Amino acid sequence: MATQQEHKFKVIGTRPIRHDGVDKVTGRAQYGADVSLAGLLHGKVLRSPHAHARIKSIDTAAAKAVPGVKAVLTAQDFPEIGPGMAAMGELPINPQHLSLNCIARDKVLYDGHVVAAVAATSPHIAEEAAKLIKVDYEVLPHVQSVVEAMDDKAPILIPGLGKGEDGEPTDTNVANHLQFARGDLAEGFAAAEVVIEREFDTSMVHQGYIEPHNAVAQYSSDGQSTIWVSTQGAFTARDQTAFVLDMPPSKIKVIPAEIGGGFGGKIPIYYEPVALMLSKHTGKPVKMVMSRADVLKATGPTPGSHIKVKMGADKDGKITAAEVWMAYEAGGFPGSPVGAGCMCVIAPYDIENLQIDGYDVLVNKPKTAAYRAPGATNAAMGSETVIDELAEKLGIDPLEFRRINGAKEGTAQPAGPKFGQIGFLETLEAAKDSDHFKSELPQVEGRRVGRGLASGFWFNAGFQSSATVAINSDGTANVVTGSTDIGGTRTSCAMIAAEVLGLKAEEVHPVVADTESIGHTDMTGGSRVTFATGTAVYEAAQDVLKQLKERAAKSWKVDADKVVFQDGVFSCTENGNESLSLKELAGKLPRTGGPVAGRASVNPRGVGPGFATHVVDVAVDEETGKVDVLRYTAVQDVGKAVHPSYVEGQMQGGVAQGVGWALNEEYVYGEDGCMQNTGFLDYRMPTCLDLPMIETVLVEVPNPGHPVGVRGVGEVPIVPPPAAIANAIYNATGVRMLDLPMSPPRVTKAILEKNG
Amino acid sequence: MHELNYEAPTSLDQAISVLAAAGENGRMLAGGTDLIIQMRAGVRQPGQVIDAKKIPELQALSFDAQNGLQLGAARACCDIIADATVQQHYPGLVEAAGLIGSDQILARASVGGNVCNGSPAADTTPALIALGAVCHIAGPNGTREVAAEDFVTAPGQTVLAPNELLVAFQIPAPQGQASDCYQRFIPRNEMDIAVVGVGSCVALDGDTCTAARIGLGAVAARPLLAKEAGDSLVGKTLDDAAIEAAAQLAQQAASPISDMRGTAEFRTHLVGVLTRRTLKEAAARARAR
Repeated sequence: MATQQEHKFKVIGTRPIRHDGVDKVTGRAQYGADVSLAGLLHGKVLRSPHAHARIKSIDTAAAKAVPGVKAVLTAQDFPEIGPGMAAMGELPINPQHLSLNCIARDKVLYDGHVVAAVAATSPHIAEEAAKLIKVDYEVLPHVQSVVEAMDDKAPILIPGLGKGEDGEPTDTNVANHLQFARGDLAEGFAAAEVVIEREFDTSMVHQGYIEPHNAVAQYSSDGQSTIWVSTQGAFTARDQTAFVLDMPPSKIKVIPAEIGGGFGGKIPIYYEPVALMLSKHTGKPVKMVMSRADVLKATGPTPGSHIKVKMGADKDGKITAAEVWMAYEAGGFPGSPVGAGCMCVIAPYDIENLQIDGYDVLVNKPKTAAYRAPGATNAAMGSETVIDELAEKLGIDPLEFRRINGAKEGTAQPAGPKFGQIGFLETLEAAKDSDHFKSELPQVEGRRVGRGLASGFWFNAGFQSSATVAINSDGTANVVTGSTDIGGTRTSCAMIAAEVLGLKAEEVHPVVADTESIGHTDMTGGSRVTFATGTAVYEAAQDVLKQLKERAAKSWKVDADKVVFQDGVFSCTENGNESLSLKELAGKLPRTGGPVAGRASVNPRGVGPGFATHVVDVAVDEETGKVDVLRYTAVQDVGKAVHPSYVEGQMQGGVAQGVGWALNEEYVYGEDGCMQNTGFLDYRMPTCLDLPMIETVLVEVPNPGHPVGVRGVGEVPIVPPPAAIANAIYNATGVRMLDLPMSPPRVTKAILEKNG
Repeated sequence: MHELNYEAPTSLDQAISVLAAAGENGRMLAGGTDLIIQMRAGVRQPGQVIDAKKIPELQALSFDAQNGLQLGAARACCDIIADATVQQHYPGLVEAAGLIGSDQILARASVGGNVCNGSPAADTTPALIALGAVCHIAGPNGTREVAAEDFVTAPGQTVLAPNELLVAFQIPAPQGQASDCYQRFIPRNEMDIAVVGVGSCVALDGDTCTAARIGLGAVAARPLLAKEAGDSLVGKTLDDAAIEAAAQLAQQAASPISDMRGTAEFRTHLVGVLTRRTLKEAAARARAR
């Protein structure tokens, strides 16, 4: 595919105003909770107050008796889904677990697990009625740390999860163990001048999207259903809902609403099947919206983890061996991103001898979901701080140490496949050349200051996408995709179409369609939309261009291959000097054969992985343990940046979340296994006062697997921050922080211990 | 459905009679920045909400050298922190009142509301304790006065009877070279509740400390006056040794718990840090007067 024509780009690489901008700043954008329908009922759920309990009985009589209540449902009103895996797009999915996570049947597995649902004429009535549902629980012992959950004596969340040597089911909380290994570890460590071995704990954290989960559902008497929802994937939401309700997917139409943040957390479904079932039972549309406490307790989070990293390097700084052991919290059901963590940890380096073990471990916490490079940030906290320590012990500059070992084209990834064209070394070079890296550390009175550096990797995703491009009679174009827009992808897709068609970005109108208006499109995730959906848009626009050339050729009575398209003008020198602008031709379409629309459906394989190197300066108050980020520079190989402002925004957003993860964010559970910090007051994400302006350096190493060189950009920027900040804290204070978050009590304790 | 009545009396007498009629079911509403959140969370479920904002005595904000500051309980924090006289005489109170949330919250929240909410971690209470503020309370049987350090009795509990309301604070005028300072520790730079808050007020005669009061927040079931710590400074030069000794006494006065906002160990440590820092700053301000 052509990628070396960057100099010719007219639209790609510019910074037009986003197409959805006016609606968003004027408040006109329709988010999930804005949807309202005639006769609308409101649904609320009752959630488990226990981390682990058996449901002995549920009495809904009192709730049903409340005036205004139209339905009260428990799991008994939902189809019972059997065990086994199914495919959703290319991704494996366990419909039974999905169903049980939406509404518990026999057991509740975490504080906040849904046990019953109410539909009523107002949300207040529904809420009061839900409180009247009596659930008789047999409270069971709970387990919330992966280390304890892996113990033989741990309470078992899901019986029969494991498989013994005889193939018979066994009781274990370890849902999966995977391993990547190559070379000879013992030989590698023997060749090392320095070996560092460290153990890390990281806390469960939430994506923290501002918009809570929601769903409005309408079940028609003919069984045809519609769901309006803020989701990262209309088709994904449809297919999951169909699994849970045992319906054919074609019976459900999902209309994606504008989305107020997702970061991976809005790929799974929660309220969609519950609202639809309430609608089925009442004959009315039902709306459900979560509170912040619901969101934190029962949706999304990314796992806490226990990680051991052992690495050795010779005196020249070459890494001789790496051994990584990682156990991730799956939550109440299997499916932590530990596999992705294994693929990403140490992936930026060329290491001959390695062994990486990953364990997916059930704990009595919410089922974890994807979160921006899921699994990679935990892993990098371990590997990138050990690398910092190795470099320090060997007296080698940490950036140079990374350069010595850095992966390049042809380097084998930990999982096996070799890298294609990548830009890791380029990010190191650009970091070295950055104004930040060359500057002196700023001094702050009464504080210790330090600088840290860390790198990160994320593989990015491809998956299926569809697009149509249609020419309007005024010579503009509509681009229809099925990719919900969480990161500015409407605009990047419009810009790709504009580039192909010689239009301005503003002359292309991008639309995100529902599941009946576009071909199948997988979820918005894996930083895949501008890559995969962008490929579909590119091909659909090429399809349009081909058809337009045929129309011009037809009116000029020449062969289509004699028509040239340049700068928005079709021309041909065959029969005299004919030329028509795209706009002129668009006006003639009704008389030259009718409308022109192009389409493409793709499943592109040429995914370009992403690398990042971050530099951070911190100031540490040694008396209080408070860490302030003074300056932050994110350097990233972004492939070709279609809209550089959006790319920078993705990098800054990833860093902001990474800083929160590093310093203060954590799920706090009490002895009773219940979450204590169920609001943004005590679940401490950074505010704008906690972050400096995050500087960005875009390194553009084009991805040869994409028509304009796009790599996914949204995820890798969250990978380096915790490790970079840990390294900066060490540089400032001499203490190595091994646990996340590096909150003031922990930093203070570490400093006091160091100072005796 | 839970029923809720709202009244907005325009005189103290009216407020007292509505409060008396409501009994245990009544709750005063100042800015509502705590109460409304607690009602939504189901922590408090009053049947009668009485708006304090329209009662003239609760909106007082006046200073004279004799009586000091008369501060109405419902006066919005944004007025207090913008007042030049308050800024001049009570910089620590301005610091504390300015910490109660964002600009929008400050436009609603009041010092009286902050204190009546009864939180051990309230920012203004330690500042008021340090300043020796007196709380004026009114009820059906007349008025009474309670020292700021005695007003809160336990988390969410105050000395107010169900039929009483807090009218105003009377805060003594600083005498001579005297000033105050309030600092709290929070993990972020905004939008947090104090892990520890310390208010210090010192009066100097030349280099000698003639009076000192230290108020502590979030280190016990209620805000405290660290009396021994303050008294230890009287008659002394405020040098590092004296300040360190006072900080240690303040730490001894604290009896914090461990919770999601901080461990007991960390809180005790912070009492020392913040006592030192606020005493130094208050002394520097006093010297500058």
